[in-house]
Amino acid sequence: MKEIVVISGKGGTGKTSITASLAYLGGEDLIIADCDVDAADMHLLMAPDFGQSEDFYSGEIAYIDQDACIKCGKCQDVCRFDAIPVIDTQYVVDPLGCEGCGYCARVCPTDAITNSQPKVGEVYVSNVRTGTTMIHARLSIGADNSGKLVAKVKNEAKTLAEKENKIAVLVDGSPGVGCPVVSSLSGASFVILVTEPTVSGLHDLKRVYELVKKFGIKAGCIINKADLNEAVADDVKKFLKEEDIVLLSEIPYNVKFTEAMTNGKTIVEYDEDLGKKISESWTKITDIVGIEI
Amino acid sequence: MKIAIASGKGGTGKTTLSTNLASYIAERRICVLSDLDVEEPNSGLFIKAELIHKEDKFKMIPEWEKNKCELCGNCQAVCNFNAVLKMGKMIMVFPELCHGCYACSELCPTDSLPMKQKKMGELKSYKNGNLNFIESKLIIGEEQAVPLIKQTIAYVDDNFGEDVIKIFDSPPGTSCPVIEATRDADFVILVTEPTPFGLHDLKLAVETVKQMRIPFGVVINRHGIGNDSVELYCKEENIAIIATIPNDRLIAETYSQGKLLYPTIPSVKEAVISISEYIENINSQKEGETK
Repeated sequence: MKEIVVISGKGGTGKTSITASLAYLGGEDLIIADCDVDAADMHLLMAPDFGQSEDFYSGEIAYIDQDACIKCGKCQDVCRFDAIPVIDTQYVVDPLGCEGCGYCARVCPTDAITNSQPKVGEVYVSNVRTGTTMIHARLSIGADNSGKLVAKVKNEAKTLAEKENKIAVLVDGSPGVGCPVVSSLSGASFVILVTEPTVSGLHDLKRVYELVKKFGIKAGCIINKADLNEAVADDVKKFLKEEDIVLLSEIPYNVKFTEAMTNGKTIVEYDEDLGKKISESWTKITDIVGIEI
Repeated sequence: MKIAIASGKGGTGKTTLSTNLASYIAERRICVLSDLDVEEPNSGLFIKAELIHKEDKFKMIPEWEKNKCELCGNCQAVCNFNAVLKMGKMIMVFPELCHGCYACSELCPTDSLPMKQKKMGELKSYKNGNLNFIESKLIIGEEQAVPLIKQTIAYVDDNFGEDVIKIFDSPPGTSCPVIEATRDADFVILVTEPTPFGLHDLKLAVETVKQMRIPFGVVINRHGIGNDSVELYCKEENIAIIATIPNDRLIAETYSQGKLLYPTIPSVKEAVISISEYIENINSQKEGETK
């Protein structure tokens, strides 16, 4: 079973639109995992039924029992995250600032502080319109541990893919280079980098590829909006060549991407020419990964 | 006065708005632009200014000193992140898991885990006339953006007074890095696009800023593409639409070259002027309150 992960470094390059198209092309041979849990959008194109849902708890969060508190302030002294302000003469925990280290509870002389595991999100197992299953999630607002939620989504998808003898898991990864991306990348067989020929796109591509290299994963690249800036597009291609990244396809700038999305469709269903470009990439990807779909 | 520019969805134009707005404001008064998207900072690609200061940024992690250690295992017991492990006669620290809470270090009976600096990124400060630009970049492989964001904000606070307009280009999403970047802001501008993805992620961002109780408004970028669902949503929820920027291939092309937009594109200039007036209004209200 293979694991294909789509990432972009920079947001707004068309990562999710392209992932959804690949999901459409792969159909029931794939299990889909939306690991962009911060701003999960795959479901808007895949028509999931939210068949099963499960609350996901992770980490810890402190709570101060005001009846037991003697207002000594030790908890505030040891908190490195400025998460225990005094409000109306009471020491309280700011849930958005608390990292759940538990230090405050350990130094409290009256045991007034307890830690509980907060709900950081919900995980869904859905039947989707491409005839397969998608694992997706919704991160609670401001929640920590998005990396853990990403890992949960991915592991569920992998387990299911193995159980149902699927050929691959297709993962919509998250933007950036921090913990959620690291979680998305671990264990991947192949990485698809979606970029655009803008100075920001190239800058972010280089940074995220540095991370991919640390994992030693083979990568391919789709240049979206490829005709927006020829000079930068050439720089992108030069970079791909230097790093031995496969150029999967160059897709022209086209508002039909947005039109398709607005209609709840993937681009392969909506526009023949653009669809062809993505089909070609998919053939290259399946060849490289060594799967037949 | 702190303005955070945020968005749930990535690629909606946070950096475009931040850089253009800051540069425009700096034509008349001192302005600080700070890029808090430390994982993928892009503002610097659009700002031409002179580097005036550079410093390494560190996070604090414990380092085992075996001489005094009695191998009591208390460090492992108090670490909630599995970042300290006692293995036989050794204590191992896993820096990438460490949140820097100091519990293992300060609760160690023999002071065998002193906190040491570990470089996590670099802060650079640039200047061009009235415009001050502060950028931090996370080292690749460092997973936690929050400590670097926190230190970058502290640097801005230490170096610029209350009366200066500060614009923070925030990371995308709704999780801990965004919270850190926006929690001190006086006002948040949410940049969105009028598409199903844009609307979906805008709603998440709105929930986030509402939870933090920070006043906010919306700027719609790529206006004219997609549909009118974002506008309808804002109307229903009584959310101010501060400005719109039209969908225009010329804007995308100019952006792709790393150029500012408002000097050559009138529609962007118009938007930037209305946003800047909006901010000036909030600022004078705020100054009125403090007086």
